[in-house]
Amino acid sequence: MQHTSLLERILRGIALTLVVIFFMFPIVWIFMMSFQTNETILRIPPQLVFEPTLANYTALITGKLTTAAGTLDIAFMRNLWNSVFLSVTSVAVALLLGVPAAYAFARHKFRGSEDIAFTLLSFRFAPALLVLLPLTLYFQKLGLANTYIGLIWVYQLICLPLILWIVRGYFEDIPADIEYAYRIAGHSWFATFRKIALPLAGPGIAAAGLLAFIFAWNNFVFALVLASADKQPVTVGALAFITSSGIQYGQISAAIVLSITPTLALALYAQRYLVEGLSLGAVKG
Amino acid sequence: MSASALIISGVDKFYGPIDRGVHAVQNLTMEIGKGEIVALLGSSGCGKTSTLRMIAGFEEVSRGSISVAGRQVHKLPPVKRNVAMAFEGYSLYPPLTVRENMAFALKAARLPKSEVDAKVASIAKLLEIEDILERYPSSISGGQQQRASLGRALIREADLHLLDEPMGQLEPQLRAVLRGRIKHFIKERGLTAILVTHDQTEANALADRIAVMEGGVLQQFDTPDRIKQRPANLFTGTFVGEPPMNVFEAYVGTTAGKINLRLPDGLSLDYDKEAFSAPVRDELLNRERVVIGVRPYAVRRSKDGVPATVSANQWLGDQTHIAADFAGGSLVLVEHDRTRLELGAPIKVSIDPKNLHVFDQASGNAISHGMELA
Repeated sequence: MQHTSLLERILRGIALTLVVIFFMFPIVWIFMMSFQTNETILRIPPQLVFEPTLANYTALITGKLTTAAGTLDIAFMRNLWNSVFLSVTSVAVALLLGVPAAYAFARHKFRGSEDIAFTLLSFRFAPALLVLLPLTLYFQKLGLANTYIGLIWVYQLICLPLILWIVRGYFEDIPADIEYAYRIAGHSWFATFRKIALPLAGPGIAAAGLLAFIFAWNNFVFALVLASADKQPVTVGALAFITSSGIQYGQISAAIVLSITPTLALALYAQRYLVEGLSLGAVKG
Repeated sequence: MSASALIISGVDKFYGPIDRGVHAVQNLTMEIGKGEIVALLGSSGCGKTSTLRMIAGFEEVSRGSISVAGRQVHKLPPVKRNVAMAFEGYSLYPPLTVRENMAFALKAARLPKSEVDAKVASIAKLLEIEDILERYPSSISGGQQQRASLGRALIREADLHLLDEPMGQLEPQLRAVLRGRIKHFIKERGLTAILVTHDQTEANALADRIAVMEGGVLQQFDTPDRIKQRPANLFTGTFVGEPPMNVFEAYVGTTAGKINLRLPDGLSLDYDKEAFSAPVRDELLNRERVVIGVRPYAVRRSKDGVPATVSANQWLGDQTHIAADFAGGSLVLVEHDRTRLELGAPIKVSIDPKNLHVFDQASGNAISHGMELA
């Protein structure tokens, strides 16, 4: 039993509350804004009590944005779909390419293996724009600009190094002898990779995939430069809410709520994998 | 068909580039018969584990060849070598229970479930792990994991069973019991086993033959008795045996029909020429300097011996280890009774020429053991 005094518990409660408020406030505020009109949002002083309206969500889902200057078409649902498609596909491709590569880097020390792994990581060092400008020219020549394939390809710059480096660490944490034990019992290396290495690194792969998904989802600048309206993800699409007749705070908030929902849901669902993944060290011994 | 379970011939192992990297195993050649238990004995880094891993196929053979049951295997992947192995780090599959871990090793053999269960049960009984069969590796102790890992290797039918430090984590009582059982198990089934160990008691108890390795070089490959009685060189002599063999450098001289082995500090062991057999005497007289060795239990206290001074006296419950300052070094002798000797007490020791091991001063190779030439 832990002995804590009443005072200690109260202080701890207050501290926890403060921390939670600090981190949750923006999300809660945006959530509330998404149910308000621009008028109530921009009231001075701001008020907590308001009459909720679903108008923002309706506008987003129907794609008709009514402003003082008239009705605008908003491709938000299309953007949301683009985000889902681009992120999921990019992560899937990165996993397909990155996990076997990570295994190779972890298990086989070949000439230049460290250099190659580092080069892959170094893609993340360069400012995105530095990479993007020449890339845009090439992509236009190759006909890859404003295509899903082109975008997914560029997204590999985000996902692949991340997955490669995280998953490599997990593979390295698995004692090689566990795999040897399996191989000597009469299994090929590929069976060993599939039946031993992959399941053991599973939590790590899930964690890396999740992280890559979030990074891909939140990416802004690649899609801004390389995609036009019909291929844009929500991050870029949100720009459309800055209209000639003012910024549509209500719709932006609703759009944010809708666009963080998938990542939030995924993170909550995968939380146990993340925790499991981080405690993989317990496997050793 | 060959009667050899394993032939290693001229095997070199380099970590790093050939001829320039670390030379972990040097020109190793040995042949192991079917049904034999062989121990690779040596200190850490002597190349014994590298050797085992080359046989298993986890390390590449830099030069030379390895045959298992008459098949050249050194170019084959581990799966095709038909060897079983128990790993020093246990290497159990974490998501499987102990039972599944052991049964898993039989998967490739595709046996009916009842047979698998029977095999697991009998091995579990042998290793005293019946009560933890349903538990996961992370929830059992190191000793239990080690036994599970050993069980996983022994349960298989393979041409060769490789056991890497199979009992390092077990407590002494259990280790003694299991040694006997495992030896019986291996012999009963006619299995061939190679175990790697740095524990000479284990090697002596389990193995038919011991391969002593040092610095990547095989020093001696012989039965435990012969290794003890006829060590091939100074290294084996001092490495095997507990407490270790006493060794001293000596100048060979003769005076008045006696052979004098002159030790530092002006001491001398004097023997009648007739005390040695003719060939040993000739060898001795041919040399100026030699290294002599004597096992601690062969050193006797006597009235007319060479003087020494007691520097430590330990009663171990069944024998006394007496250390004495002697000839500029230290001499250990073992007595079976409790001996009350104060520190600093003068004693006199004598060594029967029958118990004298003589080594070449330069190469360390054995010249003679007692009355016989090496």
